[in-house]
Amino acid sequence: MSTTAVIIGAGPAGMAAAEILVHAGLHPTILDEGDQPGGQIFRKPQAQLQRPLEKLYGFDAARARRVNATFASLRSKIDYRPGTQVWAAGNEILHLIDDSGSSVQAWTHLIVAPGAMDRIAPVRGWTAAGLYSLGGAQIALKAEAAVIGRRVIFAGSGPLLYLVAYQYAEAGVDVAAVLETGHPFAQIARLPALLSGGRLFARGLFYMAALRKRGIPILTGVRLQEVIRDSDDRVTALSFRHRGMEQVESCDAVALGHGLRSETQLADLLDIEFSFDAVQRQWLPKTDQDGRSTASNIYLAGDGLSVRGSEIAEASGRLAASALLHDIGLPAPSKVERDRRTMRSAARFREALEHAFAYPHEEVAALPDDVVVCRCEGLSAGAIRQTVERCGEADINRVKAFCRVGMGRCQGRLCGAAAAEIVAAASGTTIESVGRMRGQAPIKPIPLAELVRSRP
Amino acid sequence: MSATFDIAIIGGGLAGCSTALHARLKGASVILFERGRCGGQASGVNYGGVRQQGRHPAELSLSRRSRTIWGSLQQLIGTDCEFAATGHLKLARTDVDMEDLIAHQALLGEHGIHADILEARDLTRRFPYLSGRYAGGSYCGEDGQANPRLVAPAFAKAARALGVVIRENCKIAVAERAESGFVIRPADGSPAISVRRLINTAGAWGAEVAAMFGDLVKETVMAPNMCVTEPIPPLIGPNLGICGGSIYIRQAAHGSVIFGAGLGVADAQALRARPLAEVTLEAAAAAVEMVPHLRNVLLLRSWTGIEGRMPDGLPVLGASPTVEGLFHAFGFSGHGFQLGPAVGAVLAELSLDGDTRTSISGLAMDRFAPFAVPAP
Ligand SMILES: Cc1cc2nc3c(=O)[nH]c(=O)nc-3n(C[C@H](O)[C@H](O)[C@H](O)COP(=O)(O)OP(=O)(O)OC[C@H]3O[C@@H](n4cnc5c(N)ncnc54)[C@H](O)[C@@H]3O)c2cc1C
Repeated sequence: MSTTAVIIGAGPAGMAAAEILVHAGLHPTILDEGDQPGGQIFRKPQAQLQRPLEKLYGFDAARARRVNATFASLRSKIDYRPGTQVWAAGNEILHLIDDSGSSVQAWTHLIVAPGAMDRIAPVRGWTAAGLYSLGGAQIALKAEAAVIGRRVIFAGSGPLLYLVAYQYAEAGVDVAAVLETGHPFAQIARLPALLSGGRLFARGLFYMAALRKRGIPILTGVRLQEVIRDSDDRVTALSFRHRGMEQVESCDAVALGHGLRSETQLADLLDIEFSFDAVQRQWLPKTDQDGRSTASNIYLAGDGLSVRGSEIAEASGRLAASALLHDIGLPAPSKVERDRRTMRSAARFREALEHAFAYPHEEVAALPDDVVVCRCEGLSAGAIRQTVERCGEADINRVKAFCRVGMGRCQGRLCGAAAAEIVAAASGTTIESVGRMRGQAPIKPIPLAELVRSRP
Repeated sequence: MSATFDIAIIGGGLAGCSTALHARLKGASVILFERGRCGGQASGVNYGGVRQQGRHPAELSLSRRSRTIWGSLQQLIGTDCEFAATGHLKLARTDVDMEDLIAHQALLGEHGIHADILEARDLTRRFPYLSGRYAGGSYCGEDGQANPRLVAPAFAKAARALGVVIRENCKIAVAERAESGFVIRPADGSPAISVRRLINTAGAWGAEVAAMFGDLVKETVMAPNMCVTEPIPPLIGPNLGICGGSIYIRQAAHGSVIFGAGLGVADAQALRARPLAEVTLEAAAAAVEMVPHLRNVLLLRSWTGIEGRMPDGLPVLGASPTVEGLFHAFGFSGHGFQLGPAVGAVLAELSLDGDTRTSISGLAMDRFAPFAVPAP
């Protein structure tokens, strides 16, 4: 049987995998819905908005340059298909949509590296105009050289919060405050693990220091209260509690994010088994140490497997490709043991990070009844709680069936994490036992006309 | 051995949950076993079409009775499950189709079901969003749609409130004849239950349960391929169908447009069903062809479920041809949602009164005699 290797995702994981496959003599296909390679982290601006890499990527500029160079050298040896969305997946076939319509792509071996998306903890008023997800705020800056507001508050949790705030400050935006819901450094016990992150940890400290030097307040252990809006539903301020004090900070935009969550719908459609990751509080596809999934000839890599950042994503991409090569009887050109070691040593740091910048699940579980959780269906925390009570249900899919949470345009990708916390708390059970919302095709909404138009 | 019940039901789909309620209303003590959750299989994931129009003559009496129950859900189970008599419009592509619709109209009339035959120009006037390619149609105003996710659980809840014992997540591994009735053994090893009468409403697994008693029929599975769009402002009034099957479309009260065409795949043993992308593509094309306005509407989700199918496309409903006290209702072949409420009423009558006023003679299991050997 000849090998048709297909990689979904042209981010660091997918690109690293492609490089390994090409060096082994394969000619992989890479599908990516973005217009440019590099994924989220190395997202490039449209040509007319090009800026120096140092400005765009800061510390990652050197890697960005390397990724670009790698891509250039691979370009002729891969079938790179930008602007292509995989909307359904099955045995030996992927269903695609691009500008010219729908088509199919056969595969014998698949590397799934679709990355992650923002994880959001809803807060009163979060559906206001002028509130963006953290990732959205970063994309606006990187890809469109646009900013989300003139005076912006960065709220939520996680390393990305500081990075994006820093990038905004560098771009000349008035960063009103960085409001961290976690207590990153409260647990001295975790410091050694955090320090094991070395360079990455140092970077985080750098961003904080740089923000502080500009006089930007960084508050931790914050409890977000409400996104305050004017009569046009535009953001005007954010209220929060800090050290028991109620505060209100004015702004015209808020970037909200609590780390990332893995994109797992493809793994779901491909019938891969999942297991619960208690640290990330998410169901994740199961793999062995190299990324072999529970389905034959399907490998996972990058943040889509587990959110661990771009450097780990590269290592996991190489491992997945090496596993693939091994499985088809070819030698792997990479130093597999070294990558495995990288993954293992990073695990400790990542786990500490996840604890330090935890998803504020207790706050989410305690959201007041009238706060909207599922914005597509306009469902409040109270509506979800009532469903749990009325139906005696603690299974997220049953709750979904009865009250429509997660049934709208985002299909639970945005509200699912929060809804699960609310269901778990309301029914007095664990987040793990409420289960997970099942992914169903299409992975993202598609106009019927686009589906209908098939590629010539 | 623990408690004895008048009736045990295997299968908590709509057929089983309705049986539980109706049998309890007649005073029987009832226990229902459901392997997963009530309404978790076909009854909870179907298209939600509630139509009498277009049915085989053998089902019409049952369907008529069901329609009466659909109209009184609020009184019966305390919620209407979003049932709305939005009408059902069956479109004809050709004049030959029109003749069929006219003949069917007469048949419906014999059962007290009224349908209007519409010409092409009536269609353009009354349903301007339809593409202009139809010869005409038949409109049955009292047909409509409901939210399938709500119905079986609501029947189960009402039954439970009246004292029916409902054991969810409890698969029946063995059911066998005993001296004065049946013994039912759950797969989880919990104590066996003895009952006087046994009702098999196990859906796509109905033939498997029937086979425990030597009632052998061939039941396969089917998985109608379903799609749903984002909500849009009210556009499509009636539940739409077309002669010869293929595409069917309805718009739910909250705005989503639900449509189906073709089949996905289902594995009854693995309890898994999947829509097929290529079928979804065909369905999307057919939907846009019927209602061109849907072109720019976003498809949000596709899904399917595991439904039992009989060789002639009609369910088995009635007493076991071989075992006294055993009753079957399964293999609804893609159109048992509308029938579900009456199936329960009829099974309650058959099992408790020994007879029913609803004509079901065309649905007896022995129409397949000599019984085919079931698929392994
Ligand atoms: C996608 C789809 C669309 C459809 N659209 C329509 C429509 O628009 N209109 C319409 O009228 N019909 C429609 N149908 C058909 C309709 O859904 C079914 O005919 C009907 O729901 C069947 O009901 P049921 O109770 O017989 O089966 P089910 O709902 O499948 O219930 C049977 C139950 O038995 C349980 N069970 C099986 N074996 C055991 C055991 N050993 N122990 C314990 N429990 C057991 C199963 O878990 C299951 O819950 C559709 C079906 C599907 C799948």
